[in-house]
Amino acid sequence: MTLSKTLTCLTQSACIALALGAVPAVAQESTDPIRLTLHDWTGQLITTQIMGEVLKQAGYNIEYVQADYLAQFAGLETGDLSVAMEMWETTGRDAMDAAVATGNVEVFGPTGMQAKEEWWYPSYMVERCPGLPDWHALLEPACAEAFSTAETAPKGRYLGGPVTWGGFDDERVEALGLPFEVIHAGTDAALFAELESAYQRQAPILLWIYAPHWAPAKYDGAWVEFPTYEAACYTDPSWGLNPDMAYDCGKPFGEIWKVGWAGVKDKWPGAYEAIKAFTIDNAEMGAMITAVDLDGQSVEAVVAAWMAENEPRWKAWIGQ
Amino acid sequence: MPGPTSSTFGPWSRRLILVVFVLAFITLWQTGRGALPWAFEYPKGAELPLARWIGQFTKWLLNEATFGLFTFSQLTRFISSVIDLPYRVVLSLLSTGFLSGRGSAAIQLTPSLSYLTVIGLVALIGHHAGGRRLALLSAACLAFVAVFGQWSSAMVTLASIVVAVPLGVAGGGLLGILAYRHRWVERLIGPILDLMQTIPVFAYLVPILFLFGFGPTAAVLATIIFAMPPMTRVTLLALRRVPGELTDLGQIIGCTRAQMTWRVLVPTAKDGLMVGVNQVIMLSLNMVIIAAMIGAGGLGFDVLAALRRLDIGAGLESGLAIVALAIMLDRLSQAFAEKTGAAPAGPGWTGRHPYLLAGLALIVVAGFGGLVVPALQTYPAGAVLTTGTFWSRVVEWINVNYFDDIEAVKNALLLGVLVPFKRLLLDLPWLGVVAALGLLGWRLGGLRLALLAGGLSFLIAALGLWEKAMITVYLCGISTVVAMLIGMPIGIIAAERRGLWRWVQVVIDTLQTLPSFVYLMPAVMLFRVGDFTAMIAVVAFAVAPAIRYTALGLQGVDPNLIEAGRSMGCTPWQLLTRIKLRLALPEMMLGLNQTIMFALSMLVITALVGTRDLGQEVYIALTKADTGKGLAAGLCVAFIAIIADRLIGAAAARARVRLGLAEAVS
Repeated sequence: MTLSKTLTCLTQSACIALALGAVPAVAQESTDPIRLTLHDWTGQLITTQIMGEVLKQAGYNIEYVQADYLAQFAGLETGDLSVAMEMWETTGRDAMDAAVATGNVEVFGPTGMQAKEEWWYPSYMVERCPGLPDWHALLEPACAEAFSTAETAPKGRYLGGPVTWGGFDDERVEALGLPFEVIHAGTDAALFAELESAYQRQAPILLWIYAPHWAPAKYDGAWVEFPTYEAACYTDPSWGLNPDMAYDCGKPFGEIWKVGWAGVKDKWPGAYEAIKAFTIDNAEMGAMITAVDLDGQSVEAVVAAWMAENEPRWKAWIGQ
Repeated sequence: MPGPTSSTFGPWSRRLILVVFVLAFITLWQTGRGALPWAFEYPKGAELPLARWIGQFTKWLLNEATFGLFTFSQLTRFISSVIDLPYRVVLSLLSTGFLSGRGSAAIQLTPSLSYLTVIGLVALIGHHAGGRRLALLSAACLAFVAVFGQWSSAMVTLASIVVAVPLGVAGGGLLGILAYRHRWVERLIGPILDLMQTIPVFAYLVPILFLFGFGPTAAVLATIIFAMPPMTRVTLLALRRVPGELTDLGQIIGCTRAQMTWRVLVPTAKDGLMVGVNQVIMLSLNMVIIAAMIGAGGLGFDVLAALRRLDIGAGLESGLAIVALAIMLDRLSQAFAEKTGAAPAGPGWTGRHPYLLAGLALIVVAGFGGLVVPALQTYPAGAVLTTGTFWSRVVEWINVNYFDDIEAVKNALLLGVLVPFKRLLLDLPWLGVVAALGLLGWRLGGLRLALLAGGLSFLIAALGLWEKAMITVYLCGISTVVAMLIGMPIGIIAAERRGLWRWVQVVIDTLQTLPSFVYLMPAVMLFRVGDFTAMIAVVAFAVAPAIRYTALGLQGVDPNLIEAGRSMGCTPWQLLTRIKLRLALPEMMLGLNQTIMFALSMLVITALVGTRDLGQEVYIALTKADTGKGLAAGLCVAFIAIIADRLIGAAAARARVRLGLAEAVS
């Protein structure tokens, strides 16, 4: 809606009627708000607000709803919520599959971003464990000892993600014969709190880090290089180094999906197409997350800057 | 010796039974693993598929249950739209302004109340209820919120509290009155209240979201479920305490039933009822974080988001804004409870309603002022204070300089106490523990209690959650002991020093309402992920009732008895240990009980730092939207709570009898 329309609207008494009529771009579509969910990490806020702003430009009515990453499926299934912009293959797959199986939730395709997840260490650890980033270095007892704590010694301590993320780290440790104990953090906030603490003291730490995220930008470090993932590695025990066990490889890269209520297609057909067309890549996203979390800019400002720079791109999504 | 069992068994035969049992228990524990493996590991084949049943039942409730004219989920959706109405009104007033239309196409018709208006109104209410001091205090609480830039989020939170609290109070109160009138209602709701209070909220969050829709309304409902039970209990208790003479008088002068309730019982029980109101307020604010997870937004969301980017200062500021709201609402409600009814009678309508007039004048003046000068409408962004990176730097400084010392202490405790205790509990045969709980129940309260304690613990084993339950008992048990060890001395010291007590009260109110997430992340930085950090979080929360009830118990000791002790030449130490602590024992037992309940209610939070207990089970179920599994694990938490509650209750009752504070029952 343009400014002049807003002003005329404000001066008239029949405001409601106009407000409903003021979204002429796609006349046959619903004027109910499309409800996009906001979670509690910056990247998702950016993705969602870009999508929201683009839809607004196309004349749609947008509402942002704050919701938990996994609890939101209850809302997506009933249509209380419309779209969730980031559902990570690596952490949300189970919930997503369960929701899709009900027939009320639909996957709107990949966002274009790839979730990278792997064991990660700060660079100062290379001195104490010289063979890194090759995973064979972790097999050395001295190296494991360097990563150990009182509870795990002489084994090394690896801080895995929350149990709910899956990730098969316990299996990986067994299959590759790593002298490490897997400790599960309960939330990702706890994961990064430990990293921050260790980094401040230049203390040993080996943990699960994912990208796109601000952590790889803020802390100097690298991912451990395991044998590259293939689907067969997880399903076929004979694959890879350990002939008797699966999971003898690194973690998979995963798509980050867009999901939403199955009714979106019929209620807002144009918006449905726009959401499906949305793509963005890791490098762009990484830069925007850094701008917000490390440089202290607001999400709105970063989104506005992206909109200004990429006008032809998002105009194509909404068919303009 | 009084007690229900004394008629059948003499003290000697009871002692004999105990000795025989202990011997049998140790034999089973040490030698049974080979002979009776099923006494250690509950056989998988005999497990109750409760999770599946619950899952099927909720599915039926959501999709098929119908009352003929409308379905069950239509009914729940209707209820949520009814609740949505007052919520929208309050939210419009406090935060968004009145809008026409929804979403980004909405148009603001009138702005919301400006921050100055809200602060002014609260100050007026404070002045009305408790004079100038309270007016200043409540205005200061809100000013704090505004100055630290939390205003808009705080108003969203306040809106949901303002809706949830009256509904919780009214619902809880009415249930309490019903229970007072009809014995069968009391019997029926007793266990339901227990479950409502002890099942972790995460366990029933998923069905609530399906039934009531996603968003603030569901959050308000979850808040009401969680916060209502104390109101019902307190109402029942308060009505029972109304002197018989008054109800007799009411009958003599011919009160109808309604008059009896609203004109005699409720006004007389007002003080007690206000305790319930206070509890509802506190518990509602406890729910702010969880409510934020299901779309309520507000301060809870800010706390979560701040801690995800490890901004400790921002998390603390939002957390303290919640505390400020809690203190403001609590002190206001207390003042209303203490206020005596005499209204200032001035001449005419204006004289009779000075506060109403002042409030209206304020709204009008500030409203127009806000239209002209924006700084009067919204707190100017340039004047916002923030602690910035200060708190992050404090934690960093501690971390860099003292981590090794902290680590040494932690490791000693962990390897010396926590881990051995955990191993011990996990090593015990479930059969033996069930039998021991049954025996304890029988000793403390007779056959009924024996069946309850034994039966519920057997159910935990039968649900296949024994190991997780034992980890829960270990974590909550140790935390309770630590909380009592810290809380009781503080309570003893603060009980007799009025000035100190007031400060201690502020501290424990803060501990009770500051979202534990705020201190959980710094704790993770200093103590790593694991049981120790979980214990710290639980202790920080559960220490509040340990302090509160110790102090209340000591303050309530009959001064004549203390005087008598003093005249007999007791030293202060003797006075404390021989008289005061003994007489305060029942209250302290209640404190212990509440400490355990608080500890159990923290389980879900501790799941977030990687424990492996029932809380984690509930959390995993939530993330997989598995209602059956979540509620089954949630029920186990409730069972542990109920067993602890009943056993301690029975022990407290016996202590009361022994001290001559109450008549023997049998």
